[in-house]
Amino acid sequence: MNRVTLFSICASAGFLLYILEMVRRRKLREEYSILWLAGSVVILVLSLRQDWLVGLAHAAGIAYPPSFLFLVGILFILLILIHFSIAISKLHQMNKKMAQEIALMKETARDASSGDRIVNP
Amino acid sequence: MNPGMEGTPPRILVVIPAYREERTIGGLVRSLRERYPYDVLVVNDGSMDRTSETAREAGAIVLDLPCNLGIGGAVQTGFQYARDRGYDTVVRIDGDGQHDIDDIPKVLEPILAGRADAVIGSRFLGETEYRGSIPRIFGIRFFRLLVNLTTGYRVTDPTSGFFAINRRLVAFYSDHYPSDYPEVDAYILMHRLKARAVEVPVRMYGREEGKSSITAFRAVYYMVKVTLSFLINRIRRFG
Repeated sequence: MNRVTLFSICASAGFLLYILEMVRRRKLREEYSILWLAGSVVILVLSLRQDWLVGLAHAAGIAYPPSFLFLVGILFILLILIHFSIAISKLHQMNKKMAQEIALMKETARDASSGDRIVNP
Repeated sequence: MNPGMEGTPPRILVVIPAYREERTIGGLVRSLRERYPYDVLVVNDGSMDRTSETAREAGAIVLDLPCNLGIGGAVQTGFQYARDRGYDTVVRIDGDGQHDIDDIPKVLEPILAGRADAVIGSRFLGETEYRGSIPRIFGIRFFRLLVNLTTGYRVTDPTSGFFAINRRLVAFYSDHYPSDYPEVDAYILMHRLKARAVEVPVRMYGREEGKSSITAFRAVYYMVKVTLSFLINRIRRFG
């Protein structure tokens, strides 16, 4: 077993355990852990099964098989970042809705508590 | 759409989005209240100065947003208020004295007559003394072309924030209103609703106080963002 293989096994296994531990301690929500877990499992499997890695690298036209691991890693990072952008957009939308609701509710409360507001027909 | 029932005057709400306008908002609200029988709603977009108190003292209804949502989000909150309280027509003007309140009847007339769903005050119709900065004029020309080509509305002032809309648009905008330069995007929404839009000539002045929300630096960013949002709205579904 060469050093690069050993390194990628250790790194992906360590990463996998770290993510699992974060989920177990509820520091990371399951929905946000899925892509991290999938990415580290794929890299771990490809590190353990050298023949698969070589086969896939060959199929993709990559001469140096460990480069294929980098490619997989980068693709997962891209997916995770897109996932984050979507999640942030959703939070942004929810935040806007809540701010608007709060502003409207504050006015309704003020309206109800003072006796001399505009009385609409 | 015809306002109200026979005999009941249409209920009109003037919506003014305001962010740090404590110097000008009081005078504006007061002159609106003196001149017109309409309710005046100031949407304070998270500013921590005296915008909110000043407006309230001058006789406006005030909505205080807990954080800054940007112009589109603030105006939309005004539409939601109008929808919830059953107003027939909303007039939206700026809080910085840029728009001439004498023009409000002109902006309302086509809606009250049932000839339009939206009436937009244009600073480029009729005689105009409007002088904008070069990036601003360029932006306006660009958006004019964009709106004309994609929706067929032959607008002269696509970024005008002085407009009136009827109930139908108030209801729609309460759920769907863009965030930056919402007026440009709104043409796509109106196009989708097959809304009848009319432009009327109005006067606009340079800002009295505060700085415009559009500086030359941000102009390019906004142009890209608005164009993207505009084109995407063209292919978007509205549920």
